[in-house]
Amino acid sequence: MKTKTESATALLEPREPAGRPVVKIFGVGGAGVSLLDALSREEFAGVEFAAVNTDASSLAASSAPVKIHLENKLLRGLGTGGDPERGRALAEEHFLALKGACEGANVILMLAGLGGGAGSGICPVLARAAKETGALVLAFVTLPFACEGNRRQHQAQHGLERLKTFADGVICLPGQKAFKLIDDNTSVLDTFRITGGLLAEGVRGVWRLLTRPGLIQIHFDDLCALVRDRHSESVFAFVEAGGPARSHEAIEKLLAHPLLDQGRALADADAVLVSLMGGKDLTMGEVNRVMEQISRHCEHAQIIMGAAVDAEMKNHLSVTLIAGRNASAQSAPVPAAAQPEHARRHGGISGTPAHAFPTAPQLSLEQREQAVTRHAHRPRKGGDKMLQAQLPLAIVSKGRFDKSEPTIYKGEDLDIPTYIRRGVPLN
Amino acid sequence: MFDDSNVIVGLEIGTSKVCAVVGELNEDGGLNITGVGQSRSRGVRKGEVVDPAQAEEDVRNAIVAAEHMADVEIRNVYLGVTGGHVRGFNNRGVHPVVSADREISSDDVQDVVKNAKAINLPTENNIVHAIRQHFFVDGHDHVTNPIGMLGSRLEVDVHVVHGNTNRLQNAIRLVRGLQLQVDEIVFNGLAASLALLSSEQKELGALVIDIGGGTTDYVVYVGGVIKHTGVLAIGGDHVSNDLAYGLKVRLSRAEKLKLEHGSAIADEAAKGQTITITNELGMPLKTVNVEHLQRIMSLRVEEIFQLIEQDLESAGLCNYLRAGVFITGGGARIPHVARLAERVLQMPASLGQTNSVSGLKSALDQPEFAAAIGLVRFGSFKNRKREGKTSFTQGIKGVFGKLLQRA
Repeated sequence: MKTKTESATALLEPREPAGRPVVKIFGVGGAGVSLLDALSREEFAGVEFAAVNTDASSLAASSAPVKIHLENKLLRGLGTGGDPERGRALAEEHFLALKGACEGANVILMLAGLGGGAGSGICPVLARAAKETGALVLAFVTLPFACEGNRRQHQAQHGLERLKTFADGVICLPGQKAFKLIDDNTSVLDTFRITGGLLAEGVRGVWRLLTRPGLIQIHFDDLCALVRDRHSESVFAFVEAGGPARSHEAIEKLLAHPLLDQGRALADADAVLVSLMGGKDLTMGEVNRVMEQISRHCEHAQIIMGAAVDAEMKNHLSVTLIAGRNASAQSAPVPAAAQPEHARRHGGISGTPAHAFPTAPQLSLEQREQAVTRHAHRPRKGGDKMLQAQLPLAIVSKGRFDKSEPTIYKGEDLDIPTYIRRGVPLN
Repeated sequence: MFDDSNVIVGLEIGTSKVCAVVGELNEDGGLNITGVGQSRSRGVRKGEVVDPAQAEEDVRNAIVAAEHMADVEIRNVYLGVTGGHVRGFNNRGVHPVVSADREISSDDVQDVVKNAKAINLPTENNIVHAIRQHFFVDGHDHVTNPIGMLGSRLEVDVHVVHGNTNRLQNAIRLVRGLQLQVDEIVFNGLAASLALLSSEQKELGALVIDIGGGTTDYVVYVGGVIKHTGVLAIGGDHVSNDLAYGLKVRLSRAEKLKLEHGSAIADEAAKGQTITITNELGMPLKTVNVEHLQRIMSLRVEEIFQLIEQDLESAGLCNYLRAGVFITGGGARIPHVARLAERVLQMPASLGQTNSVSGLKSALDQPEFAAAIGLVRFGSFKNRKREGKTSFTQGIKGVFGKLLQRA
C-alpha cells in the first residue's frame, strides 16, 4: 500500500523530468461517460477523470470529479440529437474550456462511443484541444453495432476519420466484435457491459504500461506509432495469470482471447506490442517463454516488447497485447525517414519492407473511408466493377458430380474429365 | 462373446462401399482378422456423407454382416475419415529447457509437444491427428526420446492432420445414431499405411497411395515417421464418370466397362478393338471403342499420380522414398496401375500387401480392405498402449476427444 501512495504522489507532480507522465482520462458522450464510470477509481490512483457531454442528465449521474457540460441555449440541455455536427459546433464553442481541462497533462486518454452526436462530434475537437496543450492523445473508441443502422455507422466512420487526424492513436473496438463474446441469451445490458469491460481492460493495460517502471521500457511513442493508421484493425487483449505455471496460463488465456480469434488476429497482424508485468519474482525464462509463443504466432509482425516489475503483483503475471494490421491490403512502401528507426529496432538489420513499419499511406479521404468500410463488413454503396466472367464454349456436364462440391485444384475443376481439360481428341 | 476388450472394429464409410473389419488381439499381441462385413455405399460422395439416411442403412448392413461373420457384438468402432477438406502439415514446437542442470524432463517434453500443437487453424477446422516426428536437442537431429538428455533447447516436429469439424462430425453422428461408440477417428490414408508398411519400409521412406472410390489419400513416411499426408477428392468414381461422358453410356454401364476392360496404360493391343453393348435381350445397342476407353481412363489415373508428384515435389520429398510407392484401395485393381505409377513418379511401385496381420485370407488379399484393416491395426496399437506397453502409437495422439464428446 505504501508504494501505491508514493507512486500516486509522484504522479501528481506535473512534468517532473524523470517522473511518470501525468495522465487524464476523458469520457466523452453518453457511452464515454458510462465507460469512465466503470473504471475503478482506486486502480487509477492519481489520474484525473473528466466527463464531457452535452446531455445534462448523463453528466449528473456520473461520478467523475470533473464534469464539463457543453451546452447551448438552443439545445436546452437535451443533447445533440445524434447529430455530430451539432456536437462539433458545441465543442468548438467551448474549445477554451476543453483546452483548460487538458492543461497540465502529458497523456490524455479518451473514451467514447462513436456513432452518436456527442462522441463523434466532440472527440476530434477535444483531441485537437489536447494536442494544443502539448499532450499525447490516445483514444479508445467503440464503433456501433451493425444493427444500429447505416447512418450511425457512417457518422462513426466520419468521426473516426477526423479523430485520427488529431489524436496520436486510436484504438477501435467495433461493436460487432462483441458478438463473439455473447450468445443468444445475453441481455443487451450485459453486452454493453462486455464491450465496456474490454475497453476498460485496454485502458488499464495502457495505463500500467505508462506508469509502472519498465525494465524494458515501451515508450508512449511506440504505442502511438503502432495504433496510428491501423485503427479499424487494432485488437487488444489483457490477461492475467498467477501461480507457478503462470506463463503457460497467460499464453493459453491470450490465445483463447475472443478478440484474438484463437490467435488468428496475431497471424494477420503486422505490428504487435506486448507488455509483460510481473512481481519481483518475474523470471527471464517466463518472459522468454511468453515472447517466444507470441512471436511464433505472428511471424510477419514487428514486435515491440516491454517488461516491467510491480512490487504489488506478487505471483502474478499480466500481459497486455495490442496488435495492429494495416487496413490497406498492400503495405505501403517505407519512406526513407522511417528506415533508421526501423533499423535501430532490429539491431541494425533491416528487414524487407513488408515486415517494416509502414507509415500512413497517402490516401484521399474517400479511399480511406473505403478501406475502413471494407473491414467493417459493410456493403459498399458503389460496389466494385464486376468483371463479367466468360462462359466456356462447350458446357461440360459433370454428371455424377453435378451437385457435389467441385474439386478445384489450382483453378482447374478436376471433376471434368481429364481428356477434355487437356484437349485430347478421341478418334 | 461378451468380453470384447480385445475385439477391435474398424469402420470405413467409403464412397463405393462401407466396410467393417473385426480383429482380435491374441495373447502374444498379434492381430487376427475374424470378420469382414461390407455393403454398397449409396449415401457418400467424394468420401463424405451426403445422404445420412441412406448411408446409415449401408453402415448398419455392413456392421451386421461383420457381426455375423466374426460372431461378436460390435459396440465400439474406429472410424476412418477422409474428404477433400482433410489436410496435413508439419509444425515445429520449441521449448527452452530452464532447469538448473539442463536435464530434459518429461514435463519439458510435454511442453514442447503442446507448443507444437498450438497452431493457427481456421475456427471451423479441428485436428484429427497430431503425430510426433523427431525431437531436436540443441539443433541435434533425430532424437527419439530426449528425456534424461542434457540440452538447453528442445524442439519437436509434429505432423498435424486436420479437417473441417462439421464434415467430420457428420460421419461420427451417423455412427452414433446406430448406437455405436466411436473410439477414435483416423485418417484413412494413415490407416492404409499402417496396414501395408513394415517398419523397415517406413524407415527407408515410402509413399502409400490409397485410390478409393471418391478420394485418393496418400501418406509419406521418411525416416520412420510421417512427413506428409494429402487427400485428392478424385477416385474411381471420376474414372467411371469420365467414361460415361466420353463413351456416352450410362454410369452403371461405364462402371462395368471400367471393371471389365479398364487399364491404366492404353494397350497397343486394344487398338481398333470394339465392344458391343447389348441389352438384356441380347440385342446390340452400341459399340464402344476400347482404345478410347483406355485412353480416357489412363489420362485420369495418370493425372492423379501427377498431382501427387507435384505435391511431393513442392514438399521436397521425392528423393527420400527409397522403398518406393505402394498402391492400395480399389484403384490398385486397375491393370498396369503400378507401371503407370512407376513411370509418373519415377520410383519403384508395387501393389500394397497387408503385413503382420493374420486371419481371413479373403479379406487380407483385397486392396479395398487395406484402410479398414489399418483401422483395426490402429485400434490394436491403442489397446496395447492402454495396457502400458510402449508402441509406435505413443507418438500418434488422438486429440479428437473433445470433438467426439460434442457430437
